[in-house]
Amino acid sequence: MIKLFSLKQQKKDGESSPRPGNQKKPSAAQLRITKDINELNLPKTCSTEFPDPDDLLTFKLIICPDEGFYRTGRFVFSFKVGPNYPHEPPKVKCETQVYHPNIDQQGNVCLNILREDWKPVLTINSIVYGLQYLFLEPNAEDPLNKEAAEVLTNNRRLFEQNVQKAMRGGQVGGLYFERCLK
Amino acid sequence: MGESAQDSYQKRWGHLRKVLERQGPFGHPEFEPSPEILEFVMNGCKILVIGAGGLGCELLKDLALMGFKNIHVIDMDTIELSNLNRQFLFRRKDIGMSKAECAAAFINSRVHGCQVTPHYKRIQDFDESFYRQFHVIVCGLDSIVARRWINGMMISMLQYDDGVLDQSSLIPIVDGGTEGFKGNARVIMPGLTACIECTLDLYPPQITYPLCTIANTPRLPEHCIEYVKVVQWPKENPWGSNIDGDDPQHITWIYEKSAERALQFNITGLSYRLVQGVVKNIIPAVASTNAVIAAVCATEVFKLATSCCVPMNNYMVFNDVDGIYSYTYEAEKKSNCLACSQVPQTLEIKDPSKMKLKDLIQVLCESASFQMRNPGLTTYINGKNKTLYMSTIKSIEERTRDNLNKTLTDLGLSDNCEIMVADQTSPNTLILKLKYLIEDVNMD
Repeated sequence: MIKLFSLKQQKKDGESSPRPGNQKKPSAAQLRITKDINELNLPKTCSTEFPDPDDLLTFKLIICPDEGFYRTGRFVFSFKVGPNYPHEPPKVKCETQVYHPNIDQQGNVCLNILREDWKPVLTINSIVYGLQYLFLEPNAEDPLNKEAAEVLTNNRRLFEQNVQKAMRGGQVGGLYFERCLK
Repeated sequence: MGESAQDSYQKRWGHLRKVLERQGPFGHPEFEPSPEILEFVMNGCKILVIGAGGLGCELLKDLALMGFKNIHVIDMDTIELSNLNRQFLFRRKDIGMSKAECAAAFINSRVHGCQVTPHYKRIQDFDESFYRQFHVIVCGLDSIVARRWINGMMISMLQYDDGVLDQSSLIPIVDGGTEGFKGNARVIMPGLTACIECTLDLYPPQITYPLCTIANTPRLPEHCIEYVKVVQWPKENPWGSNIDGDDPQHITWIYEKSAERALQFNITGLSYRLVQGVVKNIIPAVASTNAVIAAVCATEVFKLATSCCVPMNNYMVFNDVDGIYSYTYEAEKKSNCLACSQVPQTLEIKDPSKMKLKDLIQVLCESASFQMRNPGLTTYINGKNKTLYMSTIKSIEERTRDNLNKTLTDLGLSDNCEIMVADQTSPNTLILKLKYLIEDVNMD
């Protein structure tokens, strides 16, 4: 155990001499995200884009599903990692308008690990897999886009047609979707 | 000192001299009673109090009355009406003014001889040279981000000689926290005992509701408020800005929209206060809990400064919801803590003007002590993060590839600078300190 009093008496002499070569240290959030990014193990349907390679806290994820309702589509998500990562999850928004029961018109995504079930042991990779899964298995039970969820439950064929229509660019259920085919 | 002044000095500090000038059963093993210790408390020891709110006011009062004369206080906030019931250094006329400045002025005029220096700033506005002047840092904070920041700062200031901590570079942190009738106090010896990051899991997660629940099946008034916050505000953005919890117009807007939604779903219990609470994440504050926790913290500061008693080891919880309960235990240091397990390793570089980045990466992959696979390298230059090379991410690889053929000197990496290396072979990002065997000629 240290004895501060005697230690600090000694320290007095050399106190004001700054040590050379000291630089600002990265935060724990920065260290952790560096690790997360370096070890991103993306499925072949996903890729990332870093607008500024020096800023690992802001990036985009592009998902091009190769099976399921959304194959041939291209969907862009923006990631913003805050200073409280990994205590708090990153903020993720879908930038592509998509006809999907779990994604709304504003790009909010209903994925449990992005909100209520986030834990610090999860990584960026976990979110990537979670998002990819949403395109393979849209979940009608926790809808953000209620109409899409109802169609999915009642008429899968119509849902598939609606998805195709929306991805080609067009009106579905009174909403206009921009073309997002690969 | 005249005789009567000497008398009043004896009287005023007699209680401290009893503990500092006599041996006692709880003393540090190396404690040597002496009048010099009181002298150190009053004139040598420099304390930093972070936060001049509920805990901060108590802390400043306690420390000042304990004889500490050289105290600095940082707070970025201003005084609000709702603070006045417990933040007793402030008066109605002070509303809108800096907490740090008002608190310092109050203590300085009330406690003779005490010199509190206020800083109406954010902790992030100061650098290492500021923090290095203090002997102990006491925190009365309400934010995890701020705790993590100051924790990281103290850890980054540790100096190691051949992997052994130089204890004179260590500044203890005493951290208090309260939430209603519950509180905790802890002593952190950065690098030696559990730090904030080691025990990050202890903080309760922020309450969040599933997005689909708030969008489709709200059952609680909180769901309605969250809906307006998350969905309606970004959509309609009435003031073209982020939500400001201190702006009554914003709160009123959210209140009205939430009320509409509550009515639609037959939900009762929504009030303006609740909206304020949810939006600002307000935690009820109880004056007596603050007083207890601050007293514990101030006592720990005194123990650390004087060694008259062994400091608490190291985490105390306090709860007076129903009766009084307290328990102290030793929070354990996490062996792979992101912050405090990071003892920088030194890497000797023969000639930085000849060594290229790709040579450095080769060393990391081939040397027996590293054996890395795909190291990603980043550093801090002029306070900004810089990615040196990362092979695993295509878009980053393409734009950092040119760095491979640059020398360390060309990349702006100076002697003793630190680089962060992430690799799949280690659970954490490593910090490497580059030590140049040939000094840069220009650097004199």
